[in-house]
Amino acid sequence: MDPVTTLTALFTLAIYSFLYRDNPVYRFAEHVFAGLSAGYYSGLIFQSVLVQQLWQPLIGGKLWLIVPGILGVLTFARLSTKWSWLSRVALAFVIGANAGILLMQQLHGLVLPQVAETMINMGTIKGLLVVVGVISTLMYFYFSKPHKGALGVIANVGMWFIMISFGAHFGYTVMARVSLLIGRVQFLVIDWLHLVD
Amino acid sequence: MMRGPIPVAVAFLAGIFMVISFFSTNPAIERVSGDFLNWVSIVSGFTILLGVVSIAHANWSKIQRRKEGWPYAVVLRVFRAGMLVSGFSEGVETGTVYDWLFTNLQAPMMTTMFSMLAFFIASAAYRAFRARTLQATLLLVTAIIVMLGRIPVGQAINSNLPDVTNWIMAVPNMAAQRGIIIGAALGAAATALRIILGLERTYMGRG
Repeated sequence: MDPVTTLTALFTLAIYSFLYRDNPVYRFAEHVFAGLSAGYYSGLIFQSVLVQQLWQPLIGGKLWLIVPGILGVLTFARLSTKWSWLSRVALAFVIGANAGILLMQQLHGLVLPQVAETMINMGTIKGLLVVVGVISTLMYFYFSKPHKGALGVIANVGMWFIMISFGAHFGYTVMARVSLLIGRVQFLVIDWLHLVD
Repeated sequence: MMRGPIPVAVAFLAGIFMVISFFSTNPAIERVSGDFLNWVSIVSGFTILLGVVSIAHANWSKIQRRKEGWPYAVVLRVFRAGMLVSGFSEGVETGTVYDWLFTNLQAPMMTTMFSMLAFFIASAAYRAFRARTLQATLLLVTAIIVMLGRIPVGQAINSNLPDVTNWIMAVPNMAAQRGIIIGAALGAAATALRIILGLERTYMGRG
């Protein structure tokens, strides 16, 4: 057996051991996974952001990149109780700029196109059902008034639409997870144990 | 000043500039807006590293105080350090130790973790079946139809099942998803506006 495949298979079995109950083997594998994930994302960000987007252009002459560099370093002031207020400018810049992008993205990219698409086929039964579904779903999430009387009836219809949608997503999620499970079992049976050609 | 007006002014100026740049065709504004996006990406990168450092700090105090399960914290630190050192020294390209650890350990373990949900979701479905309410029944009947409609066995049971599945996805599912998307987008836009106007300041934290 290939030692690398065996190592991967042992970690796979260690994680599946949780299906019996929580145990030290599972917890060891869980912490290996958490450590690798933290290291993976740190390494990726270090290389793709700090090296490629900051350090290399900076030594290439783009000196104004010192500003985001300083702002980035200031975020680490969050670790000190005394100096944590210094990180606020950096956070305010990131959150403010993202808020500006998000504001237009949500309104222009989601709300208006979705409303427009809903209104296009209102003449057909299918289109009418979609309009009823969209409005009643929105009404279900309207909590400023109690769901009584006409609002209660519309919210209840919205709930049915939401349940059908959740059911469809539940079905797809089950299928996706079962596909992953089949993939792992195939790895154990075919790639590791060679029980099937 | 750093505790109040300056961060609020920075958030306002950065936010309002991004909104203006959305409508502007001025090349200078477009260039500065592109630079700002790059800056946001850089500072966000630092904030993710800050999160990792913060977890490492909490982890270290767990080891120092010999709290329950501290040996696992050591395991976490060792593997994180291994990944970090290889990523920082060699880079993240194919053929590096970093790539080897990702391909042979992290990715298979991630797939295994996600695949375990198949078992838990089955137990959740069993409990939901026992709920016997109209909504729970609607959810599960839809789930069964959608699952059967997407596999060959479903078509063998009833040839209309794929069409019924397509109709569910295209009409009631799409309507509810649109309602949820519109509602969430309006909520996100309102929150973004509150941040730009300085009404929402919880991101600044305390202290």
